[in-house]
Amino acid sequence: MRVGVVYYPGSNCEQDAVHACHMVGLDTELVWHKRESVDGCDAIILAGGFSYGDHLRCGALAQFSPVMKQVERFAADGHPILGICNGFQILVEMGLLPGALLANDGLKFRCQDTRMMVERTDSPFTNACAEGQILCLNMAHYAGNYFADEATLADIEANAQVVMRFCGPNGERGAEHNPNGSINDIAALRNPAGNVLGLMPHPERTLTSELGSADGLLMFESLRDALTASASAEVAASPEPAEAEAVEAEPVGTSADV
Amino acid sequence: MRGQVVVRLKQEVLDPQGVTIAKALDNLGYEGVGSLRQGKVFDVELATSDPAVARTALESMAKDLLANPVIEDYEIHLLEDGSGNGEEGNG
Repeated sequence: MRVGVVYYPGSNCEQDAVHACHMVGLDTELVWHKRESVDGCDAIILAGGFSYGDHLRCGALAQFSPVMKQVERFAADGHPILGICNGFQILVEMGLLPGALLANDGLKFRCQDTRMMVERTDSPFTNACAEGQILCLNMAHYAGNYFADEATLADIEANAQVVMRFCGPNGERGAEHNPNGSINDIAALRNPAGNVLGLMPHPERTLTSELGSADGLLMFESLRDALTASASAEVAASPEPAEAEAVEAEPVGTSADV
Repeated sequence: MRGQVVVRLKQEVLDPQGVTIAKALDNLGYEGVGSLRQGKVFDVELATSDPAVARTALESMAKDLLANPVIEDYEIHLLEDGSGNGEEGNG
């Protein structure tokens, strides 16, 4: 199974995302933003960084890169898309996720480990987590203060689109545990269909306990398991066993289970 | 002709930079500064000399790219053709 990691001029986390995928046995392909196809990819990661130097607004210009038409179609087809940090900003700018990201509360660039509670595990990015599990992930951003107007926020909550919320060490909520001022402590948000997820923290930078936490690995293991499950479902549903995709999926799925 | 698009955060969206600047003005002794909002100004030169065409084009640019309608409002100003600062049009 292949994960396309989309990067732009100014991205700086694409290699970390590739490394994270390899750690869980996923194949990867770096997808330069000028490409007009994401064929052959089973999932897409929009890498973090500062696409187009954050000019105009973070993520505003990246949404018009040639590859993004394909990313939109990929999303509409129900394939998993993960936007990390700048990738999250791009997803909200292009409207694949609702709301917007404002400058952090207090106008500070915050680079720190931060905690968030997993509320939804029925997601291709959190199925390996336990409900209520508290993850510790690194974050480093200036514009991660999630905002949505009242009506949008009500929809988001009603549709169970909040996948993680910022919290304290014991799961307590409050302004002192919210690192950027995000409304309702929203830390990770998905679309109503559930296949598109964005978050400001960096799971791909939080992969080993030597660096403070290995919790980010859970999100990549989740993606691997989700792709493995959908590949085997496709094999089961396919009347012709010799389909190229099914044959390709099998050995990867086996090694990934190890 | 020339046009100008002014983009600001919506009233209901907190503008922490505006708040900080207002505080700084107060510290400098400028009394009586109430609310202050920071914005962005885009000066755009257009090939057309038709104000209606220019306005439509600027509206479209504002919606497509210059402003994020989720958090920002915009105003369009048409400026007279030629050099200098121009005069504000029927914005």
